[in-house]
Amino acid sequence: MQTLGIILDHYSYVITIFLMMSGLYIVAARGNMVKKLVGLSIFQTSVYLLYIEPAKILGGTAPILDPAFSVYSNPLPHVLILTAIVVGVATLALGLALAVRINEAYGTIEEDEIFERDRET
Amino acid sequence: MSLDLILRVGTKLVLPFILLFALYVQFHGDYGPGGGFQAGVIVASVIILLSITFGLDAAHRIAPQPLVERMIPLGVLIYAGTGVAGLILGKNYLDYSVLSHDAVHGHELGVFLVEAGVLVTVAGTMTALFYAFAERGR
Amino acid sequence: MNAVWAHLPILIVLVPLFGALLAGFARRADPAFAIALVVSWVIPFCAGAMLWQVLASGPISYHLGSWAPPWGIEYRVDALNAFVLMLVSMIGAVTMPFARRSVGFEIEEGQRPWFYCMYLLCLTGLLGIAVTGDAFNAFVFLEISSLSTYVLIALGRDRRALLAAFQYLIMGTIGATFYVVGVGLLYLMTGSLNMVDIAARLGPAWADNSRTIIAALAFVTVGVSLKLALFPLHVWLPNAYSYAPSWATAFLSATATKVAIYLLVRFLFSIFGVAIDLRALPVAAIIIGLSLAAMYIASLIAVFQSSLSRMLAYSSVAQIGYITLGIGFVNLAGLTGGLVHIVNHALMKAALFLAVGAVFFRARTVQLDDLAGIGRKMPITMTAFTVACFGLIGTPGTSGFISKWYLALGAIERGWWLVVFLIVGSSLIALIYVGRVLEIAWLREPSAAVAEARDPPLSMLAPLVLLAAATIYFGFDTEWTAGIASTTAKGLLGGLR
Repeated sequence: MQTLGIILDHYSYVITIFLMMSGLYIVAARGNMVKKLVGLSIFQTSVYLLYIEPAKILGGTAPILDPAFSVYSNPLPHVLILTAIVVGVATLALGLALAVRINEAYGTIEEDEIFERDRET
Repeated sequence: MSLDLILRVGTKLVLPFILLFALYVQFHGDYGPGGGFQAGVIVASVIILLSITFGLDAAHRIAPQPLVERMIPLGVLIYAGTGVAGLILGKNYLDYSVLSHDAVHGHELGVFLVEAGVLVTVAGTMTALFYAFAERGR
Repeated sequence: MNAVWAHLPILIVLVPLFGALLAGFARRADPAFAIALVVSWVIPFCAGAMLWQVLASGPISYHLGSWAPPWGIEYRVDALNAFVLMLVSMIGAVTMPFARRSVGFEIEEGQRPWFYCMYLLCLTGLLGIAVTGDAFNAFVFLEISSLSTYVLIALGRDRRALLAAFQYLIMGTIGATFYVVGVGLLYLMTGSLNMVDIAARLGPAWADNSRTIIAALAFVTVGVSLKLALFPLHVWLPNAYSYAPSWATAFLSATATKVAIYLLVRFLFSIFGVAIDLRALPVAAIIIGLSLAAMYIASLIAVFQSSLSRMLAYSSVAQIGYITLGIGFVNLAGLTGGLVHIVNHALMKAALFLAVGAVFFRARTVQLDDLAGIGRKMPITMTAFTVACFGLIGTPGTSGFISKWYLALGAIERGWWLVVFLIVGSSLIALIYVGRVLEIAWLREPSAAVAEARDPPLSMLAPLVLLAAATIYFGFDTEWTAGIASTTAKGLLGGLR
């Protein structure tokens, strides 16, 4: 019962860890390059959650200075994660571009088939 | 040709308003949600919509590849150049307070320029990404 | 002049960044190369001036946008940063002249300007990691350098370069994301991203909740170890170094992994070590174990390679093992040895990979079987190669000996005689794989594949000879390498808890 309470109290962390592990598993277990990139994106998304979740302060408003409010959400993690999202998009775009080039060069994006074709030559 | 008449006319009608909305998002960034990132993506969506309905050649006439590829470094140049302006005017890099007659206006101007740079780069990058993938296998 | 002096920490990042932008505008190979050359030759002066300033009067702090730390981003240069900045910028400056012909030979006309643009971005990222005092800013620079590195590798001559770049992209992104998770946990515990500030707040946080901080330490260490190719996390490196363009391999092997090592040292000694007793945690023991495994297993794999560039790539994994071994000792001689080997290995490996590039330029192959008698056809190139090889083994009179000397001293200081023998023993394996190449290159009759080969033009020969000469020079005059490394190590260890 107590364990259940801890899990419920920290449910956002549970979701974060679940996403993180799912992403890593997809990257490791799938040979298809596009699926690998999907896994990588899920993995990165879990980190966004890790940063954003503690930044929300209960009862806090948007961090714009106003005499009517005294409790604000922490804006810094949002800014950091905006940067991380851009980095993630750049990585995904580059990864997909490489997958397209690999498909043109090898005719497939399945990793085991590519290794086979390299062994043949 | 005649089958997609509504699509073509509709696209033509809607395009200027999308661009206008991009500008609204860009300048509204000072007071609410918005800014260069979002506006840049909206600008790029104009080009993408155009090329989906009228074909890639029509999009290339409006936003040629060399222009798009130059927009990417140009935006960063505006951003970094704004930072260097602070440096040249005797303060640290990215210190906007010296850009105008007082610190508050300086910051407003600095962020305005930076957001303009972000708009240019994001619009260029998104369009270049679209071109790069769309042109494969043509 | 005074104004420029004060802004050096930001200028060292801005100059390559603007260079990359201009190279992007140029869109032609020759102007892009000219920009890259000018940038590469300017930044060593920035780095040198900062090193001089730091050694004379202590750390430099630069506040971006005049926001005071810990709120704003601070660029903080102490002896360790300045040392790494100097290394990266010098490698860029020395190897750059080599690039023009090598890149012209290996890369298509239309892609050459982008190659230089990506090199300059990579340089921006690497220098940025070394100069910044902000943990998250370091991540951004890490990704700038990584993304441009993937492109540099993918521009390689073989279709396998694409695959190597893709694999590195997956591994590198996982590494960088692990690093961000670690930084995120540190931020949750301390509320700060400034490295100095984190270190100061970590002590009280440690008393409050040590488990999260250990998790942060693990995430950062594993993430950075992926980028620096510590032994079981090295699998991306051999493919990436074998199929990347020759010049890119030389530059990356000498700088990219070294900057990642800097980041590891920074986190272990300037952040975690200040708050936690590192020796009470198994992190140093794990690093030592993996380093020894790298020295032996990677060296053994190197013995059985049929391609020269692949052999050198595995040798890189082994040599990185020496560096991390010294870091794992957590004592003055060991850390000095690790830091000095960062420089020595960078110089040797740059020389070796440039020689491979020169051989490919003339003989169009790097397969060992085809290279019989290459030494007689390309005497200057292969002499430089041989000198750097002796450095790899650690022959007295080369800089490699200095590194191993300090590492052995570090092991003796800890009383680990077995490790001393292992350090000496691993040199014997290096002797085997190096000896195999030298035998093929010098003692055999020239094969048909190398019949037409001769020494490359001066622009390629000069960087090569300069780096090989440095390998010997730093084997005798150690003031600039071991001297500064020892000062740095003393400073780092002095801050430890």
